[in-house]
Amino acid sequence: MRERFFPDFDWHTVFVQPWTDYSENSFWIVLMGFLVSGTCGLVGCFVILRRMALVGDAISHSLLPGITIAFLLTNSRDTLPMMLGAIAAGVATVALIEAIRHSSRIKPDAAIGIVFSSLFAIGVILISAFADKIDLDAECVLYGELGFIPLQDVVMFGGMEIGPEPVVRMAIIGLIAIGLLLSFFKEMLVTSFDPGLAASLGINPTRYQYGLTLFLSVVIVSSFESVGVVLVIAMIIFPGATALLLTDRLPKAIWLSTLFSALYAGLGFHLATWLEASIAGGMTVIAGFIFGLVWIAAPDRGLLTKFAKRALKSEIVLPNP
Amino acid sequence: MNRTGKQILFALALLALPFLAHAAKIGEISETTWTDQAIDFFTMQQPIVRTALTGSLLIGFCCGILGSFLVVRKLSLLGDTLSHAVLPGVAMGFLWNASKDPWAIFVGATAAGILGVALVGWIKQTTHLKEDSTMGMVLAGFYGVGICMTTVIQNMAMGNKSGLDKFFFGQAAALSSGDIELLSIIALITVVVILGFYKEFLVISFDSGFAQALGMPVKVLHYALMALLTFAVVVSLQAVGVVLVSALLITPAAAAFLLTDRMHWMLVLAAAFGMLAGAIGAFVSYLSNNLPTGPFIVLGATGIFLLALLFGPRHGLLPKMLRRRKQRQRIALENTLKAVFHLSESSQFKDQVFEIGRLATERNATLHETESEIRNLVKADMASRLDSRNGPEMSGQAQFELTKSGWYRACEIVRNHRLWELYLTNAAQYPIDHVHDDAEDIEHHLGEELVHRIEERLENPIHDPHGKLIPNRESIKL
Repeated sequence: MRERFFPDFDWHTVFVQPWTDYSENSFWIVLMGFLVSGTCGLVGCFVILRRMALVGDAISHSLLPGITIAFLLTNSRDTLPMMLGAIAAGVATVALIEAIRHSSRIKPDAAIGIVFSSLFAIGVILISAFADKIDLDAECVLYGELGFIPLQDVVMFGGMEIGPEPVVRMAIIGLIAIGLLLSFFKEMLVTSFDPGLAASLGINPTRYQYGLTLFLSVVIVSSFESVGVVLVIAMIIFPGATALLLTDRLPKAIWLSTLFSALYAGLGFHLATWLEASIAGGMTVIAGFIFGLVWIAAPDRGLLTKFAKRALKSEIVLPNP
Repeated sequence: MNRTGKQILFALALLALPFLAHAAKIGEISETTWTDQAIDFFTMQQPIVRTALTGSLLIGFCCGILGSFLVVRKLSLLGDTLSHAVLPGVAMGFLWNASKDPWAIFVGATAAGILGVALVGWIKQTTHLKEDSTMGMVLAGFYGVGICMTTVIQNMAMGNKSGLDKFFFGQAAALSSGDIELLSIIALITVVVILGFYKEFLVISFDSGFAQALGMPVKVLHYALMALLTFAVVVSLQAVGVVLVSALLITPAAAAFLLTDRMHWMLVLAAAFGMLAGAIGAFVSYLSNNLPTGPFIVLGATGIFLLALLFGPRHGLLPKMLRRRKQRQRIALENTLKAVFHLSESSQFKDQVFEIGRLATERNATLHETESEIRNLVKADMASRLDSRNGPEMSGQAQFELTKSGWYRACEIVRNHRLWELYLTNAAQYPIDHVHDDAEDIEHHLGEELVHRIEERLENPIHDPHGKLIPNRESIKL
């Protein structure tokens, strides 16, 4: 218990101690943070390009009833039923949004809002109503906490200890994301930028749209435990959006977003250690901070460059009479 | 259509789930009947109920009105952004004097909300990022800061009594009388500002370019609206929670949008729907004792929206379906009449009585289908059966004749068809063998006025391009 909001900054306790005294835990937590934000960022690049950012927000909220119902049906917290419930919820969200859009004159933005809030409400009610039976906590789903991920269950493979189960799971999801990215990069590129061209090349844009939605649900459900349903949106949007301020090339943007993810995980962890705050929250604060820096100081598109250009231009264009 | 229907069914099924869930709950706790509790609740005898219900009604009212502007401006999710963005402000206000002082929290949250909305606009203006990414970033970024601060506060000495968790899911019972005062003031300000500047808000919502050309202070008005919205969101937080405030802004307004095309009616309806949802939510939460209020208010609003979506007179799915069905029936009826006309025409209009079997041959239909068509005609008072000596049904020998109104309509349809064919060949230079299909469609939709104009334009023709008679006003009498 402490009295002040900002504790004294002490280099040793913030930056050194976590790596000397609890080195193992710190390592797994930072790695998990990086895996989560890296995978989210990878998918996020495409989500941003397709203007699906708020659909992602909607999906992340509607996961709550999905996993709750899956939990009530199977009565277990195994990965598979949770994953299936979440995917079903993600697909249902997108289908409902489309249904409202097509059957009425409601605009897509309002349709998104109506669908996700209703589904989220259902989830909250289910959790509160079955509070005694459910081992899920709505607040835990909302916040998520990297510090609380279970590190005891170690996955063994071929007699070797690989790592804690959640970290290994997230790493697998990340590898799948990379695999999918490498195999469908061209298709995703074309369908993201020019669905018409894609269709004329024989690539079905709708199929890739749904594919991305599905995978987005998978990524969100595997991340929410660590970062919570709202901050997963930060992890999806921030790396890509920051990278896209620096470059116009998608491959470069993807590399940059991965780099940013690593920064979020590392710096966010230390910020949270200093403040004794939520690690996911700390990562988001760092993400926002880095975005702010890039927004102001990016070489081509930064505010500073823009102002400088404008000042220069007005000098040249309007010479003194 | 079929797919949509299934999806809607699925949504309804999902909606039913929570009600099942809390039905079990009520069974455990209630000794009095449902109606007793309703009376108890709505007469507001207990002060805590009075606060909760008044609060929910006021919240529904404010959010309904202000949300309407968001929905028509396609900015619905700005409400969502706003509700998440106020979180650091709430924490800041709490830190100010370490208690749940509504005014301190109000000031902090409003500042954070307005900063968030301003940032959305600013990032959008100065970068090439799209609106949705911008909103998502502000939403999640501010929320992250808020989470950081609340976790810190909970670790601090005064954190235990913070009650900050109420801001996430909302409990109308957590509203204090101070909150009600604040809510009433906000409602009053909202009404005064909206009524005072109704015309201006209307113009910037539908055509901000025009508003600018008129010299209206578009930016000032926009931020005034955003400030009002922030007020409404902030005061609603405790009753419905961060995530669900946006639903209160969007859903009642969207339901109203389905029912009317007039902005002032939309405002009235949205306010009414918001209040109804608030009352429903507060009541259900009261019934179920320990469940949060917010989600029930949201589901109440969603229920209203679904009703509007299904049964709204003009845009509702059901009325639309009925209208379409009615039109299909009318077209089928008119096609039968046309066939009868052709039968009569083939005998130089000598036959006035027809056998069903011949009509079936003419229409290329089975006897059974033709029977039912005639039945429909009789029902519409356009034909009458003559005798049923030869066994009334299915013999093909049964006879019928058209009534006066039947004849009149049959002639009209044929006139429409042939007139249109003539118009296409003469005025639009269609080749003569291309006009039939087009006329087949349009004959059912030509109005009296248009027919008149075409007749005039073609100088009251007598024959169509195929040389057949165009029945006109005189010959229609037959």
